[in-house]
Parts: sequence; structure tokens; C-alpha cells
Amino acid sequence: MGRYVIRRLLQMIPVFIGATLLIFLMVNVMGDPIAGLCGDRECDPATAARLRREFGLDKPVWQQYATYMGNVFTGDFGTAFNGQPVTELMGTAFPVTIRLTIIAVVFEIVIGITLGVLTGLRRGRPVDTAVLLLTLVVISVPTFVTGLLLQLLLGVKWGWIAPSVSSDARVDELILPGLVLASVSLAYVTRLTRTSIAENRRSDYVRTAIAKGLPRRRVITRHLLRNSLIPVVTFIGTDVGALMGGAIVTERIFNIHGVGYQLYQGILRQNTQTVVGFVTVLVLVFLVANLLVDLLYAVLDPRIRYA
Amino acid sequence: MPEEPYEPERAIAGTGMGGTMDLGASEAATLEKTPGGPDGTGPQDKPRSLWSDAWHDLRRNPVFLVSGLVILFLVVISVRPSLIASGNPLHCDLAKAQEGSQAGHPFGFNGQGCDVYTRTVHGARTSVLVGVLSTLGVAVLGSVLGGLAGFFGGVWDAILSRLTDIFFAIPVVLGGLVLLSVITSNTVWPVIGFIVLLGWPQISRIARGSVITAKQNDYVQAARALGANSSRLLLRHITPNAVAPVIVVATIALGTYISLEATLSFLGVGLRPPSVSWGIDISAAAPYVRNAPHALLWPSGALAITVLAFIMLGDAVRDALDPKLR
Repeated sequence: MGRYVIRRLLQMIPVFIGATLLIFLMVNVMGDPIAGLCGDRECDPATAARLRREFGLDKPVWQQYATYMGNVFTGDFGTAFNGQPVTELMGTAFPVTIRLTIIAVVFEIVIGITLGVLTGLRRGRPVDTAVLLLTLVVISVPTFVTGLLLQLLLGVKWGWIAPSVSSDARVDELILPGLVLASVSLAYVTRLTRTSIAENRRSDYVRTAIAKGLPRRRVITRHLLRNSLIPVVTFIGTDVGALMGGAIVTERIFNIHGVGYQLYQGILRQNTQTVVGFVTVLVLVFLVANLLVDLLYAVLDPRIRYA
Repeated sequence: MPEEPYEPERAIAGTGMGGTMDLGASEAATLEKTPGGPDGTGPQDKPRSLWSDAWHDLRRNPVFLVSGLVILFLVVISVRPSLIASGNPLHCDLAKAQEGSQAGHPFGFNGQGCDVYTRTVHGARTSVLVGVLSTLGVAVLGSVLGGLAGFFGGVWDAILSRLTDIFFAIPVVLGGLVLLSVITSNTVWPVIGFIVLLGWPQISRIARGSVITAKQNDYVQAARALGANSSRLLLRHITPNAVAPVIVVATIALGTYISLEATLSFLGVGLRPPSVSWGIDISAAAPYVRNAPHALLWPSGALAITVLAFIMLGDAVRDALDPKLR
């Protein structure tokens, strides 16, 4: 196990460097970071040259990348060009997005798995077909459309919720955005659970458990569910990283000041350090989540042994 | 009636690009051998290839028929939008801004006073074009890279696997915002290029896996033993047997690419006005949603139906090509 973890950690290094370098290059292509600094006018050449030297922008790109990553590992994500440290922006933005992601994951687990179990046990019945069709519709409607429609219905027409989220982003305000963020993954979790349950229902160990005379409830929760949830856990685990990165659309619709909002602002204002800093953290979250899922596999399924 | 033994080689012969001649020959041979009277050509007597079997299933699948009709309609109106909407989508009259449905303008007007019906019909072209061209690009690039890596293995395979890991670690919408925010173009090409750039790893992973599986089959070993070289093995024996999963994933991905284009246009980095795209229209309608919800609902509905049609098509194709899932 220990050797496996070390090997996986070593494999993460090239992926981390590659992904951050790719974003670094993209942001560098994005445009001249100095251009936005002198207001609407263009900078005069002398000031521009001084600013370039100050931010190290006169050096080659690979050297800028190396310097930047060196700083990141000492906890210095650089300064946004407005003078605020990027870490300070992260301190306000990440708690909001993490809350949003947790709500989304809870929706995925509670609604997704419940619907999946219900339909998997009643395969081919009307309720199964109806839920299956519903998941197809949810997958097909892009998140921003779902968000705008729910905002229109619940927020504007019926007035159940405030259409936009206040700056403290309390948990009760984030429930609808969380549902919107989760919607597509929720449909996938439902389908995945359904397939898995339906497949395992025919297995020998379930037949044995029923033949032993165990009550139906116990067969489902202890035998069927435990074995069927392995692929679902994998999906939800890897989805955490995708949800945090994908929150950009949801946060824009509901005006939530989280990671997506800061990134969007950073891109609009060509704020290189903000964009690269946030993306670096998101890539790390994605990689660590994937590693945890792989390790969780061994706990859930004792047949899997890591050499 | 004794069943013909299933012979994979015969089934494969009809699936390759240049295999149509063999198909005729093998069917003739089958007919000769089929014991069962003059008209013993019932469908269950012939060993059908995966493809004719899939087509047989698809023609009877209502999901396939419905989604196929919707897609056919979309393709027709994206080639000739003037067939059902003769107006100019860029003609707007501010005096009519936010007005509802009226004679000649069934969907009403949007915040700028443009006719929502005309714009919604003309918006189909963008979505279909982006969806189809991105999928073609992703499928070709992904299956060539993934297929070669799977077939030859070794260092290139290791490098490609790490490369796909890297691309998977970058959130797609975010990458789109960063890369496309500098490009100010009114064509669909930057968006297509971006989708191909970030989409190929998905297909290459599938292609790699299915080539590795196909490579281990006995008939591939046999062909190799008979002296077939790599290109013949790849083109004649492996590709026809490894292409099914790629087609399935690519069809489903087509729907998600359409959705991605709309999302990027909604965020203001995909297509930009004066291009006509559902994403742009939805984004423009959002601020006026209180007074003119119709300007939001019609393009949203069109977008949802389009994506749904392609995803349902992909689902039907998957069911037909992978009977194990049923």
C-alpha cells in the first residue's frame, strides 16, 4: 500500500507540472498583462518597461514559470495587479465554492443514489422508464439553461428564493445553486447506480442471501448496495474536482462570489497571477481527489490489493 | 434448422472500408451452405455482422427514429434556414423591443427588438456546425493518436497516457475562458479548434483501450503469423473491430460539444455578436427575463431539444452496438 501511494504521488508530479504549465502558457498567450494597468490609456514605454522588470515579465516564459512555481511552494501565490495578495482572494473565494460543492455532492448522494436504487430494483417498470427519461432530459439541458430557468421560476415568478446570492453566501442561499451545479452529475449518478444495482441483483451472493431467508431490507442495504456503490463512489470522487472547476457558470448566474467569480474577473482583467494561482489549486484538488478515490477502492473492495 | 457456426472472420469482412466486395462473396457462400429450402434466407439464418445487426436493431428503435428525424430537420434548416424563416436574423427594430408574440412573429421580439423566431431558426446552423466539425476533428485526432499508441505501445504510449492525464486535469470551461478570451473572431473556427484541443484525450483513451483489446484476438495473431505487416493489421483487422466504442462515445460527445459551445457563447468567449448562436441569444435575454421571458425560453428550448436529440441518438447507437448492456 505504502509503495503504491508513493508511486501514485510520483506520477502526479508530471501531470501537475504539465497542467499548470499549459495554463501558464495559455494565460501568457492571453494578452499583455501590462495593458490593463494604466487605465484606459496605453502605458508610456518607460513605465511599461519598468513594470515589466518589476514583475519579471522581461524574462523568457519558462523562467517566469519556474520562478512562479518556486514561489507557490513557499506559499506565495503572487500579487494580483490591484495590490491584493492572491492568497487573500483565495481565502474569501474558496470557502464559498467549497460550501457550494459540498451541497452539490450531498444532492448527488441523496437524490442520485435513492433514484438509482429505486429504478435499479424496478427495472423496466414505468417508474424506471420515467426516471431514465428524466435523467436524459437533465443531461441534455445545459447547466446555464437549467440555472436561468430555475432562477426565473423560483426566484422571479414565484418568489421562493432571492434570485441572487448575497456576499456572505449562507448555506440556505446556496441550496438552489448547489442543485443546479449538481444537476448533470446527479443524472449520471442515478444512471450509474441503476445499472450497477440491476447488474448485481442477478448475482449469486444476492440469491444466496435471499435463500438464507434474510429480510429484503437487509439484503438490499448490506449485500446489494454495498457492492453496487463502488463505481458510484469513484464517479462522485472524481466529480468533486470537476464541480469546483465547473462552478464558474453557476456562480455567474447566481452572482456568487466564489472561485468561478474570481477567475472570471481575473480573465476579464487579464490578471495573470490570479488566474494561474486559482487554476493551480483547482488542478491540485482534482489530482488529490483522484488519488483518494483510488485508495478508497481498496477499502470498499477488499479484493483489490495494491502491491 | 441447424445454425450456422458463428465465424468472426466473415463478420469482419463486411465491416472494413474496402470490405464491401468481401461482404457479397461471403453472403453468397453462406447462402449456398444454408440448408433450408429455396427461401431459407430468414434473417436468423445468416450470420450478421455487428454493423448489419446494429442497423437491424436501430431501424426498429423508436428512440433512434425520433432523434434521427429531429436531427435531419436540424441539418436541413441549418443548410437552408430561409426555408422556414425568410427574415434577416440581424434585422432588429428597437421600437419593438421585448414585445410578445404577434402575427408574423410567433416567438415575439428580444431585448434589442430582433425577431426571436428568425434568430432561433438561424441559430441552428452554428450549433450543428460546431457539433459536427468538432466531433469529426476530435474523433480523427483522438482515434489516430490513441490507436497508434495502443498498437505500438512503448514510450509513445506512456507519453500519450501522461498527456491525456494532463488534459483531463484542466477544467474545460475554464480552459475555454482563458484561451478564447483573446480571440476576437466571428467565425466558428476558434471554438471548434478549442474543443478539438481539449476533447481529443477522451476519444484517444477509448481508442487506445479498444485497440489493445482487439490486438489480443486470435485472428490478429493469425494474420501476424501469416506475415501481415503493421499497416495491414491495423487497417484490415484491428480498426473494424475497435471502431465501435469510438463511434458511440463520439456520438454522445457531439451533444455535449453543442452544449459547450452555447455555454462558452453564454459566457461571452465563444461566438460573439453579430454571429447568431443560441448561447449569445440566451445570454442577451437573461437581463430582460422579467419582462420578456419568451426571448430566453425559445432559444433555450431549441438548444435543449438539439442536445437531447444527439444524446438520444448516441444512446440508441450504443444499445445497438453493445448488446451486452441490454
